Amino acid sequence: MQAPVEQRWSPYADNGGTCMGVAGEDFVVVAADTRLSQGYSIHTRNCSKVTQLTDKCVIASCGMKSDAITLHKHLKARMVMYEHQHRRQPSVTAIAQMLSTTLYYKRFFPYYTFNVLCGVDDEGKGAVYNYDAIGNMERVPYTTSGSGSALVMSVLDAQIAKSNQTIATPSLDKAGIVELCKDVLSSVGERDIHTGDYAEIFLIDAAGISKTEFDLKLD
Amino acid sequence: MDCITWSPAGRILQVEYAMEAVKQGTPVLGLRSKTHVVLVSFKRAQSELANHQQKIFKVDDHMAIGISGLTADARVLADYMRNECLNHRYVFDSAMNVGRLVAQVADKSQQKTQNSSKRPYGVGLLVAGCDEKGPHLFETCPSGNYFEYYAMAIGGRSTSAKTYLEKHFEEFESADLDALIKHGLEAMNKTTSSDQSLTTKNTTVAVISDKYRELSSEEMQKFIDGLEKKEDEPMEDEPAPAAASGDAPDAPAPMDTSG
Repeated sequence: MQAPVEQRWSPYADNGGTCMGVAGEDFVVVAADTRLSQGYSIHTRNCSKVTQLTDKCVIASCGMKSDAITLHKHLKARMVMYEHQHRRQPSVTAIAQMLSTTLYYKRFFPYYTFNVLCGVDDEGKGAVYNYDAIGNMERVPYTTSGSGSALVMSVLDAQIAKSNQTIATPSLDKAGIVELCKDVLSSVGERDIHTGDYAEIFLIDAAGISKTEFDLKLD
Repeated sequence: MDCITWSPAGRILQVEYAMEAVKQGTPVLGLRSKTHVVLVSFKRAQSELANHQQKIFKVDDHMAIGISGLTADARVLADYMRNECLNHRYVFDSAMNVGRLVAQVADKSQQKTQNSSKRPYGVGLLVAGCDEKGPHLFETCPSGNYFEYYAMAIGGRSTSAKTYLEKHFEEFESADLDALIKHGLEAMNKTTSSDQSLTTKNTTVAVISDKYRELSSEEMQKFIDGLEKKEDEPMEDEPAPAAASGDAPDAPAPMDTSG
């Protein structure tokens, strides 16, 4: 007779995908794929992971899509409240802290989201913040999250921080970082089954937020 | 004497006294056309050292209020209205119906008139908003009554403004935005005493359509320059600012403190 195994319904699902953010001197680049999956199936090939919060700030979330939708909706409502009271948009740093407390508020039934918050701060510098599901936050020069994050992180360590490079290479400019993000997402799409289809690239700088899309493999 | 005591003449005096508080405030007026609602307010400064107090509050992209009376009570109502609009957008992904929100505010106000331990709100609101049926202008009272208007003025010396609005209101429906703003400022001009005049510091003009916008000081100055002179001189030609109805970003009121 077999030993009993607990069966249990889980309120969480992982809808896959990868996102990343890289901060430059006075800009940020955010990239995320648009595949939504469940197990080995695809829900949809064209579903954005990114929401624009202010003129200078976007948030990208991987993990469970329904929690991400609710979280983004909640944040957008908070943006309106902030603007009513302060008569201006919140700064990236203010949003970053607010996201952290919002996530911790649900410490005992978390949002299953792994967020990357990116924008241009009040000093005009690029800002990228990485979060866990319950609100731990860190401002970093670059980061990634999602099913392909392990594949991405080491590449960014090598190409941007150049922590362990023996051969010196010039640092990347804005266009170079955009191309790097595209290449990285393409490569992740090759190896991670949950990443692919299409990708969105956001460039945030003094001129505002511009979005481009490009194709990934559909397999 | 409290809210639960009737007078021999069948009135609730506390409620009527609350409505007196509205008349103590500086004037605010609103007028609507087929496409826009315009709110104009004349702000008071406590002293020469003080800022002029905010009288127009954005409630949502499509709705705003102008207040007269106890500003603190007005802020409470503004917060309530903002929350209701936000919740509505969150749940239904659409703009809240103006009349419904006004009715909710009126119901809240009525509750304070039938309670032994609470006082009525001491503020009257002019609620300007645009929904799927078009632009609307409502007035709310401390009594819990509300009315819809083509144009209305409340607050101190508002009768002079009302006279102007009554004379001209048939022109408002088809007026373009510039003409509507001009009418609003002319009406407000009638409420100022002989030693006062409208300036960019003490006046606010808000335009509500599917967006909320306050006129900048420069835009307001152009209209103010074209106002009818107090001594009944013939009206100068008003220089028409191009595309005042364009999508200019919200200009924060000069030296406005938050909250």
